[in-house]
Parts: sequence; C-alpha cells; structure tokens
Amino acid sequence: MAVDMKKRVTDIGPPHYDKFLPPVIKKNYGKWKYHEIVKPGVLMHVAESGDKLYSVRAATPRLASIESIRMFCDIADEFCDGHLRYTSRNNVEFLITDESKIDPCVARLKKEGYPVGGMGPSITNIVHTQGWVHCHSAATDASGVVKSLMDELFPYFEEMNLPAKLRIAFACCLNMCGAVHCSDIALLGVHRRIPEIQHDQIKAQCEIPSTVAACPTGAIRTATVDGKQSVEVIEEQCMFCANCYTVCPAMTLNDPEMDGLSIWVGGKVSNARHEPMFSKLAIPYIPNEPPRWPTAVKAVKNIVETYAKNARKFERVGEWIERIGWPQFFDLTGIEFTKYHIDDFTHAGESFKRSAQLRHK
Amino acid sequence: MVEKLRDTPKIDELMKGPWPSFVKEIKLSAKLSGRAGERANDLLGVLERSYNDKIGHWKHGGIVGVMGYGGGVIGRYNDLPEEFPKVAHFHTVRVNQPSGWFYKTDVLRKICDLWEKHGSGVTNMHGSTGDIILLGCATEDLEPVFADLTEMGFDLGGSGSDVRTPSACCGMARCEWACYDTMGACHDITQTFQDELHRPAFPYKYKFKFAGCPNDCVASVARSDMSIIGTWRDDIQMDAAAVSEYAQSGKFDMQADVVGRCPTGCMSWDGQKLAIDNRNCVKCMHCINAMPKALAPGRDRGATVLLGSKAPIVGGALLSSVMVPFLKMEPPYEDLKELAEAIWDLWGEHGKNRERVGEFIQRIGMSNFLEQIGLDPIPEMVIQPRTNPYIFFETEEEE
Repeated sequence: MAVDMKKRVTDIGPPHYDKFLPPVIKKNYGKWKYHEIVKPGVLMHVAESGDKLYSVRAATPRLASIESIRMFCDIADEFCDGHLRYTSRNNVEFLITDESKIDPCVARLKKEGYPVGGMGPSITNIVHTQGWVHCHSAATDASGVVKSLMDELFPYFEEMNLPAKLRIAFACCLNMCGAVHCSDIALLGVHRRIPEIQHDQIKAQCEIPSTVAACPTGAIRTATVDGKQSVEVIEEQCMFCANCYTVCPAMTLNDPEMDGLSIWVGGKVSNARHEPMFSKLAIPYIPNEPPRWPTAVKAVKNIVETYAKNARKFERVGEWIERIGWPQFFDLTGIEFTKYHIDDFTHAGESFKRSAQLRHK
Repeated sequence: MVEKLRDTPKIDELMKGPWPSFVKEIKLSAKLSGRAGERANDLLGVLERSYNDKIGHWKHGGIVGVMGYGGGVIGRYNDLPEEFPKVAHFHTVRVNQPSGWFYKTDVLRKICDLWEKHGSGVTNMHGSTGDIILLGCATEDLEPVFADLTEMGFDLGGSGSDVRTPSACCGMARCEWACYDTMGACHDITQTFQDELHRPAFPYKYKFKFAGCPNDCVASVARSDMSIIGTWRDDIQMDAAAVSEYAQSGKFDMQADVVGRCPTGCMSWDGQKLAIDNRNCVKCMHCINAMPKALAPGRDRGATVLLGSKAPIVGGALLSSVMVPFLKMEPPYEDLKELAEAIWDLWGEHGKNRERVGEFIQRIGMSNFLEQIGLDPIPEMVIQPRTNPYIFFETEEEE
C-alpha cells in the first residue's frame, strides 16, 4: 500500500487528553472534594460544585479483541455519552453522571461476561505480561495462568472483605515487563538451565563482546568452537537470568521441562503506613502445568486465604508478615523454607537476621 | 473470513470459568474478515502449539520500524513460519496513549477499524508501560499503520534505549488527592521529549511516571527511572464533623486502625477530637485513605522527585530514591526538564550499554552523581548516613 510521503508527519506525540474528557470532568478538573465506594465496582466522586461522577469498573483480560473494544464503545455510548477510560491495571471504567444508568450498565457488563468490582479491600485485576501469546523470552504463559488464578480468586474481585487491598502481578521472565517486584503476591516465570549456544549462528546473529558483557556474574567468556569464534558459559556461575539471550538470540534458554514459575510475597508501592517494599521469595519453583496450572493456583489461593484469616484491618501482605515474622509465615502457610530462600546475590547480607529477636515454639 | 477456526482443545480449557477469557478474545478476532481474521486464527494455532510443547514459539530481533524512528515497533517472528504463515512476522506496534487513558468512543472505534484493516484485530489495553499495544503487524503494513495513526492524531510510543512512553494516573481529572496535574505534566513532558522518545540515543531505557499522591497508583517508585510522586508541605486539611461521623460509623476503630497505624505516631484521638502533629507527618496517606470525606492533603502541593527504579535485569531490582524532596510542578515544568536533561547528559556520556540510571548511580556513587548533575547532598536522600568508614576523602581540599 503506497503512503503519500509528502503528507507524512512525525513527532506529533499523543493526542491531548482534553479532547476525551467528559464535560463533568472538564468542569470539575482539580476541584474534586471526596469519593466513596458506593458498592463493589462503583466509585462516586463528588466535586466541590456538588457534581457527582460515577465510575463503573469492569475487568478485562488485557488482551482485547477489537470486537470487544467495539462492544465497550457501544456500552459507553449507551450509558456514558461515549466516555470511558482504562486503569493502570487493565480494568475499563465507564464514566456515568446519571445515577439511574449505573445498575443497567453493571448488568450489561456482567451479561457480556466482564465482571464488575476490583475496588477497596479486594483483589483487582492482575497486571501481567505477554507470555507464550507473543514473547520470545517467556518461561511460562502469562494470560493462561492469570485466567486460571482469577477464575479461582473470583469472589475476591467482586467482594470487599479482605483486610486491605491485595495486588497480584505476573511476569513471564526476569525481565519483568510486569514489574512484579513490589506486589503483595507476584508470580514470576523462571528458567533453570544454562543457555544452549547455537555455535553456528552466533557470529551472524550476535555481537560477541556485548554478549559477554551482558552477563551479570561474568559467566560468559569467548571461546573457539570447531574453529569458529563463539562463547562458552561457566555453568556454576549461571543464574538463568536470560540477559544474554536478550542481546543474543543464539543463546536460548526456553526449556519445556525445566521452565516454570516462582511465587513472591509482601511487596507494595504505595507509601500508606509502611514505605514501599520489594516482594520476597515464597516458593522458588512450580512446574508449568498448562492449560490450568493447578499447583500454582492452589499455592496462591493458600497464601491469600492464610492472609485473609490472619491479618489485621488495613494490613497489606508485607505488613502482616513483618508483624508476625517470616518463620510464622512459613508455618501458617505450610510452605517449605529451602536454601533457595537465602539470598546470595549482591547485598545478600542485608537480608540475614542480625539479632536475637526471635519467637520460639 | 476464515472458514474454520484452528482446532484448539488445550486452550479451549481457558474459555471456561467466570473470569473474562483471552482465548475468547483471540477467537473474536479470528472471526473477522480479511487478513486480520487469518492472522488471529494462526495466533490461536501457535498458542495451542505452545500449550502442547510447554514453550514459546516467538523470536525477537531484526530491525523493523517506521522511517526516521528508532523505536515504537518491536520485531517479532514466529519460529514455525511454514505451519503458521499468517503470523510469520507478527510485530508489536506501541501507540502512545492519551494521558490518564481517557477515550471517547469515536477515536477508539477508529483505532479498531485501523487494526482490522492493517493488523490482526488483537490488542493489549494496555501494555505494562502504558501504551496501546497493537499485536501482530506485518513488516509491509508498518508505514500504512503509521500514516493512519498520525492522521487520526496518534503517534508511536517508545522502545529500546530511549525515553519510554510516559504515563500518569488520572490525577486532577478524577481524584481529590492529586497534588499536581499529573496528566498535564505527562502530556507536556511527552511532547517536549518527542525526539528522545522516538530516536534511541541513551545507554538504556528511561521511564517517567506521574503519580498524583503518595498512594502511587501508577507504581512510579518501582517502575520508572524518574518517579514524580505528588505530596504537600503544609497541614492536612480536616473536617472535624466528618471525622466524628467516621468514628461513629463503625467502619473501623479510630484508635487502633487509624491513629495506631500512623507510621510516625503523629496523631492522637481522645474519643472526641483528632489531633495531628503535622510537622511529624510523612504524608503516607493512610489516615486520608481511611477517611476521604474528613481529611485531605494540604493546600501547598507539589511533588517529590525520585530516581532510579527498575526490574532485576541486569544488576538487580531497585526502587527509586529521593532526588528532590519538593518541587512545585507548575507548567512548563522547567525544573523537572532541566533535571532530566542534566541526568541524561551525564548518564548518556558515561553510562555503559544497557545500564539503567539506577545502576549507573550504584556504580559511580551517589555523591559523585549528585556533584556531576549539580544537586547538593541532603539528609532526605538517605535512610541513614553510611555505616562504613571507607570514605573517599578528596585530599586536595586539605591543601
């Protein structure tokens, strides 16, 4: 298809958001007074002017067909004068000013199969990555595990009965496009074998010096294999991060039997009460079990239920564990503590227990 | 129209259950007429294959993009092109979202039409950085897609070693806690740095995220090199009558759940009256979150600027740390832009290939970094002063 090069423009940036804001937002921009959750999935914002804006929040699977986006457009045209927005966690929000339209909008979304909820002390949508749908470095699928998990955790999305909000994130490899390192519960795809080097392709596909430099532990060094310039990997130094694969496609790590996922807990990004925290390792490895990942689902559900039963009001997962101590976390959840839980990378010593403040059974 | 959808018994298991199914979404697109349907149908086939093989079937690499840009398109190829010819090239097109992810249906419908005409009908709303993701563009369709996008007023987002598409929470558009105009700042920064966004010239990626308050709904402290988090300097605004209403509502125990959870113990409650020692408040938001009708951030508002967060690759995950405790954040945001440019000058010159700015600071030392970009060291930048005595004294100062 020919493109008219004379008309070609670049560097225009995104359209100004002002074009897309509903009148009630334009009028009350920066002048909101308070908000409350009217019922699960329905927020009410009240402006200083007295104007009210209702937001109905529905979950999407992130991967969206243009057909379902068009369907959301039909709903927004019917109930919201054509205004909608998406959230940072793949939910879609319908912006309503006429209170009588809330219930019909909620009913319509549920009828189309998009649940309404994810507000307050609930489990909202899972932030996640591409997985096998579209990624080269995925150690597991993302959408399939997320779907399996949320089917099981579904009541927590529609209700608001947890001690505090619980944020789950999923990344299919250590690149962490989903930045899962600060979530209440994080699932992270892991590789567990050293890169398989395609010696016949490495010269054509990769720059050898940058491949050597890509390794955080210095495990890659240049080597001559069958008279050809290539690299070798010092097995004991490889921690399967796949950084070399990112710069050099001829060093593949994907492995059907060795890949899988790990589970991390107790991170947060908000400043409320406790400062932001990293997620910490709970379960080092669970094998890939497509299509429904039963072991991973059961493990996450166990952590959620143990937290729901034991945490105090407003305590996030990390705050709860900090209060009760990690030994009790492992006791209560029944998760096995292994040598893999003890850090051995840079600054590892900061995670060692450096006091005699312990609970004894 | 595809005559028959690929046979996918494994992933059909993911059509079951109450949560919306991504497999259903791909199938909706596979039923589209023309190339979009054919591509989505082959995507179903590849995915089923991955579910059987327990391995991904995508390859990265190759330089693809639109003319004059170094970013915005991520090359993606299938490793089974003979079996799944319609997804042999299946590139990702990142489209810079409008600030705050607000849309009108007319523009969303246009994007859908474009992606039916040139693509696969499969999208992500949205990608992790914030862009609208159009999944599955063939190389020859990239320029036509770009032409249609720019005609409707959209542009590509970032990828590779450039400014990545900045993102913002909904801020003043729909939140009483917004301490500055996050969407305005995000749009301004995005427009100002169009060249840096489209033409990768840095050691590695550089992300901006604009959060209106310390609740940080866009996870800026964890997910952006430059985290701009709204805050305030004066006293929390209080409506005493509304506090009493909350106290009597039975929603929580004022002493245990609100006052008792204040991280600095700067609040007290005598059963009637809530008192706040505002000088010791660290703006954590807990009490305000618990009582949105009664408490609000102060009136002297701005933002804290933090720097350096990233995911693990290469040298381990980092959270951003404080650079500027308080910045007024008023247009045209000159202070913020000057700070970003000073950082890019230094890091651009001395950063190693694929070294994020947070890792660069770890390597060269924070004090050295601050001196180079012209910021004075202040105690707000650290949790505590150093505990080791290995100090690099500058001996020439003694002479």
